[in-house]
Amino acid sequence: MWLNQERSTDILFLFGYTADIISTVEFNHSGELLATGDKGGRVVIFQQEQENKTQTHSRGEYNVYSTFQSHEPEFDYLKSLEIEEKINKIRWLPQKNAAQFLLSTNDKTIKLWKISERDKRPEGYNLKEEDGRYRDPTTVTTLRVPVFRPMDLMVEASPRRIFANAHTYHINSISINSDYETYLSADDLRINLWHLEITDRSFNIVDIKPANMEELTEVITAAEFHPNSCNTFVYSSSKGTIRLCDMRASALCDRHSKLFEEPEDPSNRSFFSEIISSISDVKFSHSGRYMMTRDYLSVKIWDLNMENRPVETYQVHEYLRSKLCSLYENDCIFDKFECCWNGSDSVVMTGSYNNFFRMFDRNTKRDITLEASRENNKPRTVLKPRKVCASGKRKKDEISVDSLDFNKKILHTAWHPKENIIAVATTNNLYIFQDKVN
Amino acid sequence: METDDREGNRMWEEDSSHKHLLDVSSWINCIVASKTTKDTMFARGIKRKCFDGEEDIEGTLAGFKSVPSYNLQRQSLLDMSLVKLQLCHMLVEPNLCRSVLIANTVRQIQEEMTQDGTWQVINAQNTGQASLDRLVSSDILCRSTKEQNEGKLVPSYSGFSKDFENTPSQDIISDLSTVTSVQAPRNPQSNNVWEMENSQENRGNFQKSLDQIFETLENKNPNSVEDLFSDVDNSYYDLDTVLTGMMNNTKMGHCDVLESFSSQTTTNSNSNCKSDINELDHIVEILVES
Repeated sequence: MWLNQERSTDILFLFGYTADIISTVEFNHSGELLATGDKGGRVVIFQQEQENKTQTHSRGEYNVYSTFQSHEPEFDYLKSLEIEEKINKIRWLPQKNAAQFLLSTNDKTIKLWKISERDKRPEGYNLKEEDGRYRDPTTVTTLRVPVFRPMDLMVEASPRRIFANAHTYHINSISINSDYETYLSADDLRINLWHLEITDRSFNIVDIKPANMEELTEVITAAEFHPNSCNTFVYSSSKGTIRLCDMRASALCDRHSKLFEEPEDPSNRSFFSEIISSISDVKFSHSGRYMMTRDYLSVKIWDLNMENRPVETYQVHEYLRSKLCSLYENDCIFDKFECCWNGSDSVVMTGSYNNFFRMFDRNTKRDITLEASRENNKPRTVLKPRKVCASGKRKKDEISVDSLDFNKKILHTAWHPKENIIAVATTNNLYIFQDKVN
Repeated sequence: METDDREGNRMWEEDSSHKHLLDVSSWINCIVASKTTKDTMFARGIKRKCFDGEEDIEGTLAGFKSVPSYNLQRQSLLDMSLVKLQLCHMLVEPNLCRSVLIANTVRQIQEEMTQDGTWQVINAQNTGQASLDRLVSSDILCRSTKEQNEGKLVPSYSGFSKDFENTPSQDIISDLSTVTSVQAPRNPQSNNVWEMENSQENRGNFQKSLDQIFETLENKNPNSVEDLFSDVDNSYYDLDTVLTGMMNNTKMGHCDVLESFSSQTTTNSNSNCKSDINELDHIVEILVES
């Protein structure tokens, strides 16, 4: 597709949107809607325009469809601590009727939101005026049947369920089961299973909290349900392991069915080995055969049938390996990068620093580095590939490691489920790119 | 890459949330940079040498040039990690994953330092000139042997603080006067009253570490540097306590303690080494102002 050798990489910059610090990005199942969550607890949903027949060189643009305040800041009086309203994750439910549903979560509370359109309204009430004032019943002489008349489209978001008080620690993941009835939520030490209809109870399915907190050495970093098997889920840890669990085996899935772990490379051992092995994101492929994990320096693809090592490893920014001490000092080493698959599972994408993001084609083994920035891109221009010069002589157009801006990080990326359209979030901006269809 | 630390400073200078780290760690970096040889970044996985038997002495001397820098870097990393663990976020709970990873790093260093304990004696003998630098840069958070020599006061002290928690309020005044009289002949720099209110070991250690610095400077005895290294009290690196402290979410109190502490140390400093003390006060202020 766009990494084809015969054609230059034609990726167009479509759209930019400035927001509060963006904390999550997610396409819905059809790709028509794109939801973003931010640090201020807001959710902004974009909708793809219907395809314009005259402009065949691109698909529809994304415009703001709905904005609502999902979470508010709270104060935990017992601990004297604030609970941030930052949206950690958004997950869409598959569409069942005219309305759309999504789950959004902050550190402690998950909410199910219904987003519905209203383009008609009833008119002709007998007891109310059109502006809502009540009519004096004695003035009513005839009766009429109210009818629906068209109105300007209004998109409403309303909270339908609030799933609260089930997590002592900070929620890092939510994942909807393929049965579309249950979902899981994971915090640092526990994973809970919920039914979408029931808010006052959840089942604890994983608990790695030690009896003595002083013995704590490992936390849960991400969790996801298998896309096809409703009994299977995985969770990753800060020690670089992934555990696959089968809910049929027992009620409490503390004992894994499979443990995925790559043996450490002794030549690369340092005091930072554990930190950089910590997995920041885990995503199943659409097929369900593979899963991808992101650690600090690399992306790994695992075959679910092979536990002892990944089948593919892609280096995202290996040039940072010699900078780990400085990155530890400024806390950048703890940045949690996400990763995503394209619709056909042939390309994977993840973010890096300096507003760079990377794509790896699993078939051709080619990779590309691109930059998301307004200065370098005008709308509908083709993106220029970037290159970081690790050491030695810097070629023209290359950027040296020392001039990378570590405050500009791309942690959140998303890929349209069907088309080659990607959403990339820098700190404050959302960028949407698509490949150029000739 | 060799100038990584200098240029590396630039990349996080703009980040205001880490401003407190800027002062301390850029200063640690300077010390590291001045002593290191070409291959300095131990993040590149310096291979640990296993020292079994006498053959190792030759290996030691042969590889001597790289050894002090490794230990110094390791010590700096340890200090940096401890500072990271102790810095508190006033309003929002700290990230548990980050804290666990930092704590694990400290444990790793502690294990390695325990195993390589003999290394540090050799280092101290041959880099005496650098001893003060190392003292200032690396041992801010270490306990001293002098504290250990005054050990009989310490257990009764901690015993007292335990009692203090359980004692009803009317006994407090009599208990306070008892402790003050016991501690008075020692030196004016211990902040007993303050410390009694805080049972957490890490806070006490912070204060004791500064006591140690004052005492060592007063002493100016090179042997004391050896003592520092050979008798490092591993219970300071009791991550259990630090982690427990974090889990108990007593961070608000912790910060208050550090702030009151910094103001007290400036008034109690030894007059013998004024310029050194002032410099250390400055460092302490930077650390506690975070």
